[in-house]
Amino acid sequence: MSDVKKFCFLNRKAPYGTVYAWESLEVVLISAAFDQDVSLVFADDGVYQLVKGQDTTGLGIKNFSPTYSALGDYDIKKIYIEKESLDARGLTLDDLQHLTWEDENEDWAEKDSIMVVEKAELAKILESQDVLLSF
Amino acid sequence: MKFGIQVNEGPYTHESSISALNFVRAALDAGHEIFRVFFYHDGVNNGTRYTTPPQDDKNIVAEWSKLAKEHNLDLVVCVAAAQRRGIVDEGEQQRNGKDGNNIADGFRISGLGQLIEAGIQSDRLVVFGD
Amino acid sequence: MSNLHIVNKSSYDRNSLETCLRLADKGGEVLLFEDGVYGAIKGGVKAKLIEDAMSNLTFYVLGPDVKARGLDEGRLIDGIKVVDYSGFVELTVKNDKVTSWL
Repeated sequence: MSDVKKFCFLNRKAPYGTVYAWESLEVVLISAAFDQDVSLVFADDGVYQLVKGQDTTGLGIKNFSPTYSALGDYDIKKIYIEKESLDARGLTLDDLQHLTWEDENEDWAEKDSIMVVEKAELAKILESQDVLLSF
Repeated sequence: MKFGIQVNEGPYTHESSISALNFVRAALDAGHEIFRVFFYHDGVNNGTRYTTPPQDDKNIVAEWSKLAKEHNLDLVVCVAAAQRRGIVDEGEQQRNGKDGNNIADGFRISGLGQLIEAGIQSDRLVVFGD
Repeated sequence: MSNLHIVNKSSYDRNSLETCLRLADKGGEVLLFEDGVYGAIKGGVKAKLIEDAMSNLTFYVLGPDVKARGLDEGRLIDGIKVVDYSGFVELTVKNDKVTSWL
């Protein structure tokens, strides 16, 4: 019996106003050690977590956004962003960090980790998961 | 069925901990197994033995401790979240040079891997939060 | 595969129920509990969220949370089933997984 489950981390909250974005990322990084089939979903205000150019110096708190760019190194490469959430907030893919992973099966070719998906497709993706964690 | 439970909030500000407690009781009454209850974010505050709620109010921490003892439950408080919020056991007290510890009976402090393991080993993972 | 969606926030306060219904696949089940029960009261402007989704999803509400808030079961949207905590557990067993819309 396979011990590999499809783990989905559901992110719906903006960064910094609450701790959930950062503390959920910590769980994602730990999950990499368990060889599970990991997907990240960003919807609602969760899409703000990936906005590029975050600068927290004025607040005196840690800017954790560079951590997202390490996800590819941890073999976490399925990052789904809900298109409707982006559109509602006047955002496009260009506003977000460019996250990539290297495919060892294709001579370490760099590929995009982020997939912008419409709600119907995202519903199917969520339906196919085994374990869903919300923060 | 084996259940993994994740509790994201502390004992009083949100209903989460009570909902989780009631769910766990109902699952045990129905003959199911609780693989682990993992306390994350402010949920770690369920693990301090220093709460003194009014007599006519529910003592949520004591109820978790009691349930853990009666059913041999594994109540895990996340170490990273606990360090941030000041939930300390003897090991953490010594490691981090604190002058005391406050972990409640039946709780133990451990890493985030325990949550992932709960997701892998349980048949169902239920998250209670805000 | 079927999904039990649990929603614990009022649809008058948060978008949790709205997003859940937007992303819940057909055939799933939805349990409203904690403040989520307010979304199950008929006559409110948010009741339509549930009414429109009832052809695709089955809705439940947690009785103890309804009672705690002084709401009469007669005020619930027609067709919503009331369950207690043992019913909540049964729903998690019956479905393949649980998604929390916080």
